[in-house]
Amino acid sequence: MNTYKERIQLVENEAKALGKKIYDDAKHQKDPNANALRQDKSPKLATLEEAIRKSGLKDGMTISFHHHFRGGDKVVNMVVDKLAEMGFKNLHLAASSLSDVHKPLIEHIKNGVITQISTSGLRGDLAKEISEGLMENPVIFRSHGGRGSAIASGDLHIDVAFLGASSSDPLGNACGYSRSENAKSICGSLGYALPDAEYADKVVILTDDLVAYPNTPNSISERNVDYVVVVDSVGDSSKISSGAIRDTKNPRDILLAQQAAKVIINSGYFKNGFSIQTGSGGASLAAVKYIRNKMIEDGIKASFALGGITAHMVKMHEEGLIERLIDVQSFDKVAAESLKNNPMHKEVTSVEYAAADDAGSAVHYLDIVILSALEVDVNFNVNVLVGSDGIIRGAIGGHPDTAADSALSIIVCPLLRGRIPCVVDEVTTLITPGSTVDVIVTEYGIAVNPRRPELAERLKKAGLNIVDINSLKEKANSIIGDADPLPFGDKVVGVVMNRDGSVQDVIRNIKA
Amino acid sequence: MMFVPGNNPGMMADAHIYGPDSIMLDLEDSVTMAEKDTARLLVYNALKSIDYGDTEMVVRINPLNTPYGKKDIEAVVKAGVHVIRMPKTETAEEVVEVEREIERVEKEIGCLGRTKIMAAIESTLGVVNAYAIATASKRMMGIALGAEDYSANLKTQRTPGGDELRLARETIVVAARAAGIDALDTVYSNLNDMETFRKEVEFIKTLGFDGKSIINPRQIEVVNEVFAPSEKAIEKARTIIAAIKEAEKKGSGVIAVNGKMVDRPVVIRAQRTIDLALASGILTEEDLK
Repeated sequence: MNTYKERIQLVENEAKALGKKIYDDAKHQKDPNANALRQDKSPKLATLEEAIRKSGLKDGMTISFHHHFRGGDKVVNMVVDKLAEMGFKNLHLAASSLSDVHKPLIEHIKNGVITQISTSGLRGDLAKEISEGLMENPVIFRSHGGRGSAIASGDLHIDVAFLGASSSDPLGNACGYSRSENAKSICGSLGYALPDAEYADKVVILTDDLVAYPNTPNSISERNVDYVVVVDSVGDSSKISSGAIRDTKNPRDILLAQQAAKVIINSGYFKNGFSIQTGSGGASLAAVKYIRNKMIEDGIKASFALGGITAHMVKMHEEGLIERLIDVQSFDKVAAESLKNNPMHKEVTSVEYAAADDAGSAVHYLDIVILSALEVDVNFNVNVLVGSDGIIRGAIGGHPDTAADSALSIIVCPLLRGRIPCVVDEVTTLITPGSTVDVIVTEYGIAVNPRRPELAERLKKAGLNIVDINSLKEKANSIIGDADPLPFGDKVVGVVMNRDGSVQDVIRNIKA
Repeated sequence: MMFVPGNNPGMMADAHIYGPDSIMLDLEDSVTMAEKDTARLLVYNALKSIDYGDTEMVVRINPLNTPYGKKDIEAVVKAGVHVIRMPKTETAEEVVEVEREIERVEKEIGCLGRTKIMAAIESTLGVVNAYAIATASKRMMGIALGAEDYSANLKTQRTPGGDELRLARETIVVAARAAGIDALDTVYSNLNDMETFRKEVEFIKTLGFDGKSIINPRQIEVVNEVFAPSEKAIEKARTIIAAIKEAEKKGSGVIAVNGKMVDRPVVIRAQRTIDLALASGILTEEDLK
């Protein structure tokens, strides 16, 4: 019983007992081609139409996209145009965010190709039409942490993800930068696309820079990719990100930044090992500059900077002032380059960035966050999504996630934008609950949430102009007067989800 | 003193939040002929309705020999402006004429003597008459140099070092000091060159000027930093002022600090140090209590 022939009966018995098939050597053929040739024949390489067809996409299913190419994104329009051409209807478009550039979706909504949208934000004409009641189904708005969690938990099930990548090899190892000379559309981190890659039933990578295997270090793994589509361009690089550090010259932004920096420095959290996240707005960036000077002066180092990583943060990392960068989104080319080159600059998924659950996410360990706002109200609630005219004009982003988990959340917001008051009785839409907001910095004074009396005391002692939030609202009123109520209709055009999966607020249609 | 165009409501609405010592709303050079009336109305309403706090409010009017000058005076005096700034002042008579107009309006609304005057000297004749201008009215609170028109009138051009302004600057400071009023320097208009701006502010401080005219809030920090007295100087000044108060209490005419007799100029300089510390935000009124 020593030959295979002699053992075959026993193999059959065991296979039967284990419920397995028997190995069939005739089925396995070795490919003797060199690796370069084998890559070229990757079965994943397809045209967009082939990829869509092979993915098994059907009417009524959910497709997803990321927004790392920001205003330069070409992927959403390209794919949805193709889907319309192929006759698909009734699709659910689940993007990490949408912006001005996605105006062509209006026609696809009117034609019934897209009948449901989930996103973090909407801008431009698409936002205006949706605000006025373009869609039958309300748009579902989630924060970045909320979207990641919803995908991971199955609340938001994605059938086919169409993910643009700055580079990919023929097997689908993809990332937001490229080491090749043909790099065209660099965005840095692909953090918002990673949950889609991990959890979607089918994943299609679209790239304008096909590189040889292995495209390492990769952020999306070939293990999660079904098809690779090479296109002329995934994004307009001039609109994806700016090239270098821009310092604001707007005096009001500078004033707000100085005040925010003073709040941080005197908050009690400005100590060795602190962690920080800032936005990309002028005041936020300028605040970082003042904090940097104070860190050097006092010999203080931060353990990590989180979130949208900017050139300022990279500079401080390279100077040794910030030990680690945790990057779900790279705000500029300097940050994208740093992600490629700095070993302590780590890309994370939106789940690792801001999920609410106890499995862990970076926001759980955030000390200080500086955020902006469209409106704040006397109860410290913040709106970053809907304008004071009732039209959607922003994105939730990581706003409520970081406010909720940070030890100190600072909202920087001018009291007045032209004739629009930004401190009001009640926000138009509730995005970040006041219970999670600690300080509001305006050019007319700083309001501290009454839940944080010890903080107010510290800031007062440091000589900052601490005022009652109601006095700020009155100040705005005294200059501008009372606004007429907004002409909202009865149709719900948007639903704001909390990160924990509960429904937090609704947006009604605004009458045109 | 921060210049703000009188036809820009956005800038007028929040100019004070940056903390300038005074704001000059301009009805003259920054406003075109077509907008003179609009700007006057805007400035009137800004003064009436915006809470500028403790900021000193100044309005630069159009000259009286234009169709706008008198209307400007009437509007801003009625709106309660603190100081009227006369442009291109060349003689004491012009000051007297403006004073007469102010008085007429003040009598009409019953607030005689409320409005002060400062004069911008922007020509060679103005520089020659600086002392006469500075003493032309008891309402005079300051004179200022306007360098662009002055250098044109001098038939030269502006240089980075400002050599062409030397005589005008020194004359204006001396005239202001002799008259017991403030001297203000001209604007520096390159916002992207903060280094040269700082050097210029340091220079005019050495000459004896009380302050600098600025065109953007970003320049405030530099002026405050340059004019801010050192901690040591503030400490010394506070000791001297405390000694005076002590001496006044005792009815003693002679003041001594650390065994040394203190002269009147020392006391005046100490008070000026305290005033500067207050103006640049190092000290608050609270600290002095």
